[in-house]
Amino acid sequence: MIRHNPRLFALCLAVIAAVFGAQFVLAGYPVLALTRILILAVFAMGYNMAMGYAGMLSLGHALFFAAGMYAAGMASRYGAVGLPVAFGIGILGAAAVSLGIGLLALRTRTVSFMIVTLMFAQVGYLLTLQFADVTGGDQGLTLSERGFALGPVAVDMTSGAARYNVAAVVFSVVLLGLYALTQGPVGRLFAAVRENPERTRMLGYDVARIRLAAFVLSGTVAGTSGALYGLTFGFIGSSFAEFRTSIEALLYTLVGGPGTLLGPVLGTALMTVLIDRLGGLTAAYPIVVGALLIALTLWFPKGLLGTIRDRWLPWLK
Amino acid sequence: MAEVTLLETRGLTRRFGGLTAVDAVDFRLSRGEVRAIIGPNGAGKSTFVGLLSGLIAPGAGSIAFDGQDITRMPAHRRVRAGIAYTFQITNIYPAMTVLENAAIAAQSRLGTGSEAAIEAAARAALAAVGLSDLETRRAGDLAYGHQRLVEVAMGLALAPKLLILDEPTQGLSDAEIANFIAVIRRVAASATVLLIEHNMDVVMALAGRITVMENGRILAEGTPDQITRDPAVQAAYLGGAS
Repeated sequence: MIRHNPRLFALCLAVIAAVFGAQFVLAGYPVLALTRILILAVFAMGYNMAMGYAGMLSLGHALFFAAGMYAAGMASRYGAVGLPVAFGIGILGAAAVSLGIGLLALRTRTVSFMIVTLMFAQVGYLLTLQFADVTGGDQGLTLSERGFALGPVAVDMTSGAARYNVAAVVFSVVLLGLYALTQGPVGRLFAAVRENPERTRMLGYDVARIRLAAFVLSGTVAGTSGALYGLTFGFIGSSFAEFRTSIEALLYTLVGGPGTLLGPVLGTALMTVLIDRLGGLTAAYPIVVGALLIALTLWFPKGLLGTIRDRWLPWLK
Repeated sequence: MAEVTLLETRGLTRRFGGLTAVDAVDFRLSRGEVRAIIGPNGAGKSTFVGLLSGLIAPGAGSIAFDGQDITRMPAHRRVRAGIAYTFQITNIYPAMTVLENAAIAAQSRLGTGSEAAIEAAARAALAAVGLSDLETRRAGDLAYGHQRLVEVAMGLALAPKLLILDEPTQGLSDAEIANFIAVIRRVAASATVLLIEHNMDVVMALAGRITVMENGRILAEGTPDQITRDPAVQAAYLGGAS
């Protein structure tokens, strides 16, 4: 019963099948939009590890997204390495940054933790501006390396279809990896730390280490998304390190359902499409987003999938 | 039977401001016994077991457990070393199922490797306290008496050398207390039990030896018979209570 969550696993496979199948019915701009959604969904899934599963509300995940993006982008631009290696460097960079920040920020809880993570993220953002001669600052940097060889196959990242499939593969790997992690003992341990840290400590667990592990996992997955974003679209810039990026991860997770595996995916899809559409109509779209958030907290306080889980489908976790 | 010391404190002391809650206590617990600590409110019983479990840091003195000095060992490592502690106020994971509650305890001992082994150990602990029928229920939805048993099952799933129970029967009905006594008797077959208890019927039914605390010190120690006949104990506690 605990060991397997076959219905959720089947749902994850269905989502992955739908993702790969979508390219045969969509063309042009929707494919580009869906590529972005897949990459940002990875970001939100990573954010959800800390915020949803382990109960640590961070306002600084833009830093880890940007750490992955800059580590990968700079390696690609200045390091003369191929895209797969740059991607790996991006992931490692985000892991290192989240470990360092985690060791410092996890000395605090709740509101202080939100402020400390926010401050570190702002420092990261300002650093990308300060060292504009290497980072490109707010003008950003375009990356000239736009293809890689996958065995005998040459993947051209200027092609929309190639970008889509690369994003879909990374998305699928992250989704299945986090399924395995969250639906077994590790996920239960994260939830235990979130629900009752004192009890968890008195069952023999080092709560601080579990929190750090969840935080580093969260930051690393967020950075994976950042690295993928930069390398996929061939552009890195300070705007991705802004506060708004952290808020977007929070928004996607809240809408979809914190502490549900697929919640952040749904939240990312809904909110990016919505913001995209509204942004085309009016510059005042944040008002609509704000009103929606109010409605959501009134009727779906645990997000869409979180509320569905609590009312009807307990396996949706 | 040769008595092997499982736990020993020397000069264990803890002050809170001007109050000495635990005052230079020398205490020895043998492997396999069921020991009750009794004493009036404010005698320092909960502080004393808090010191043993690592919830409270000692001011002075030492604690040895299973041949190892654990005076400075953090609480979570003491649990791994074999000291399980159940809280005075029921402390479980209310939003999770009964089985998940026990599984979190079991995986502390077994590691996160094998989910099948974790589940088996969790089920065995629930069976030992008679909760097998309720394993899929949300723990927070259970009656209070059952929630207490969930907590005991969590303690059992740790397979501890020493199980510390802080006022385990508080708030239970007479029928639940009878069941609880039966559960602890079964537990005592495999673990040493140290319980703080106000209900003298429970103490008399379970304890092989009794330690009486007053004002942070040990006033008397002995078999239930010796304790009930001790004039100092009668004056300080038994006479005043019931």
